[in-house]
Amino acid sequence: MAKANSTAEPKTVNNHHPDLAHEDPEKLKYYYYMMLLLRRFEERTSEMYVKAKIGGYCHLNLGEEATIVGLMAALTPDDYIFTNYREHGYILARGVAPGPIMAELFGKETGVSRGRGGSMHLFDREANFMGGYAIVGGQVPLAVGAAYALRYQEKPGVVIAQGGDATTNIGAWYESLNLAKLYKCPVLFFVVNNGYGMGTSVEAGSSEPDLWKKGCAFRIHGERIDGTDVLAVRDAVKRLRDKAEAEGEPALLDVVSFRFRGHSVIDADRYRDADFVRQGRNQNDPVQNFGAQLLEARVVDDAWIRTTAERVDREVQEAIDFANNSPDPDPKDMYTFMYATPVPNIPGPEEAIAAYKINKGEF
Amino acid sequence: MAEINLLEAIRQGIDEMMAHDPGVFILGEDVGKRGGVFRVTEGLMDKYGAQRVIDSPLAESVIVGACIGAALNDTRPIAEIQFADFIHPAFNQIVSEAARMRYRSNGDWGVPLVIRAPYGGGIHGALYHSQSIEAFFAHVPGLKVVAPSTPYDAKGLIKSAIEDPDPVLFLEHKKTYRLIKGQVPDHDYRVPIGKAEVKRPGDDITLIAYGLMLHFCLEAAQVLAGDGVSVEVLDLRSLRPLDTEAILGSVRKTGKALVVHEDNLTGGFGGEISALISEHAFEHLDGPVMRLAGPDVPAMPFAKPLEDAFMPSPEKIVAALRKLAAY
Repeated sequence: MAKANSTAEPKTVNNHHPDLAHEDPEKLKYYYYMMLLLRRFEERTSEMYVKAKIGGYCHLNLGEEATIVGLMAALTPDDYIFTNYREHGYILARGVAPGPIMAELFGKETGVSRGRGGSMHLFDREANFMGGYAIVGGQVPLAVGAAYALRYQEKPGVVIAQGGDATTNIGAWYESLNLAKLYKCPVLFFVVNNGYGMGTSVEAGSSEPDLWKKGCAFRIHGERIDGTDVLAVRDAVKRLRDKAEAEGEPALLDVVSFRFRGHSVIDADRYRDADFVRQGRNQNDPVQNFGAQLLEARVVDDAWIRTTAERVDREVQEAIDFANNSPDPDPKDMYTFMYATPVPNIPGPEEAIAAYKINKGEF
Repeated sequence: MAEINLLEAIRQGIDEMMAHDPGVFILGEDVGKRGGVFRVTEGLMDKYGAQRVIDSPLAESVIVGACIGAALNDTRPIAEIQFADFIHPAFNQIVSEAARMRYRSNGDWGVPLVIRAPYGGGIHGALYHSQSIEAFFAHVPGLKVVAPSTPYDAKGLIKSAIEDPDPVLFLEHKKTYRLIKGQVPDHDYRVPIGKAEVKRPGDDITLIAYGLMLHFCLEAAQVLAGDGVSVEVLDLRSLRPLDTEAILGSVRKTGKALVVHEDNLTGGFGGEISALISEHAFEHLDGPVMRLAGPDVPAMPFAKPLEDAFMPSPEKIVAALRKLAAY
């Protein structure tokens, strides 16, 4: 299990080890496949960043594969997901094709946000994936409102308000918990606790480092979950999701995971002890650990692990090829999607193209 | 036709929209049982229930944020900010989330949200209950900002705002709530967002305002008529989108312009209008584009002499108009 930092007490985690014999082997194999897909996608994303195919700010889910795949395994198509800016894995695990996601990271017209968003602002309407949000806590009130609207319209489903550990220190997060409980909103506050808000440890940033306890002032049930165990995450989310949907009872999940690298691709991670990081990566690798579990339980064999790795490598390469071969957004679309209806005095494609041509020295 | 005040006009507009569309609901502090601090929503909870007229906790960020989320999910919320001065905790939600949603989702998701905010001074509200906030928000593409000055416009604009597929900040000048009365037709009508209206035609000077100031401008224009100066009074009604054609058309005719707002001068909305005129009607101008605005002090002071000194008044407008007329 993960530790917040090298000096902290080991965290009490709701450890459980479901008997793999009672699991559907096809589902187990899918979880492994999806976790590996996230792993490779992020490793290759990092590589594409170094090659300057991707620019700007880019945050990876390396080490959080079980947290993400476990969450998505418990959700239904009716559910909505709001996340923070570290969200490549979430939209992948929700089932959106890797190609348009990688294309978005490249800033291409074929990207899920048509090149307007980039790494931190992925969107997919079909998947009810309501976006990555790059202002910490910005998405949390929205998620509560979306949950209220589900209740208001008597629709099925719940809303996931994903955020990091540091999000629990933002005022809007508390306002959101209060409203969620008051109005019986079917929402889960899914806190990915990787021990660090950028370079500040949970202990240094939160006077209550047991983040799951932060719901108690709102009478919101909280629990800590081992985010490196895909089945533990899935089962906890499923249980709390169903309760939220049936009873309008929100819950707070403190999902402890281990961030393999720095805060973002360009973060040198100097604030964490190198030995601690190395040890953490060795002990808390959810993909490796789950693969070993599957092998030990004879759900899969070495050949399957090998062919799955080949399949994932191929799919990620195809995503990169798709992104590479996709067109850039057209400057004429600069002012498209400002408003739904015609609005006076909004510049149009001509102005956008003119500005672009001046920059290119064509006027 | 019935004569009602501006507050009643807004309430009627909301009431008729709620009766027509079950997706419309109101979230705000004390909007339900108390009927709103100014009683704009009085009676609506009894009529539509606590599920649709919801007393929120005192938490502006989540009032607006939850309404954005609900708007994304096929409802049409109205968020009430009790006083416009209290809107700042929700600034992030309005500017970073509501205004950007359609653009960042490539039109997949919009935010059909109305944020109502009673603003303005001259009511002894002092530092935190008198503010004008329009310049902060009119700056933001993706938002719409309206500020009606008459009951007719208020009712027509609130209905347009509720129907609008994009977020609208609806500014209600507190002093006009009960002071300003006017005829409102019984039939269903709309006032389009983005359209200014000439409230008094004239030939010599264009006088541009919105909200309470519009009424002070009408008074001042009447005084100037006694001087033999014909003043055209243009009510902007919408600040974003701005009816630039109405502004430029009037100034091209008169050759002189004075913009009046209660918000403080520097960086205020008058600067935008002035720049617009200078850029697009320069050759028609017979004098400098002038601004009359609140002074650059941090907030509206409480004491009556100080508040009076802060507020633009018909007398101040008359003085400015005479100066411009003589130019």
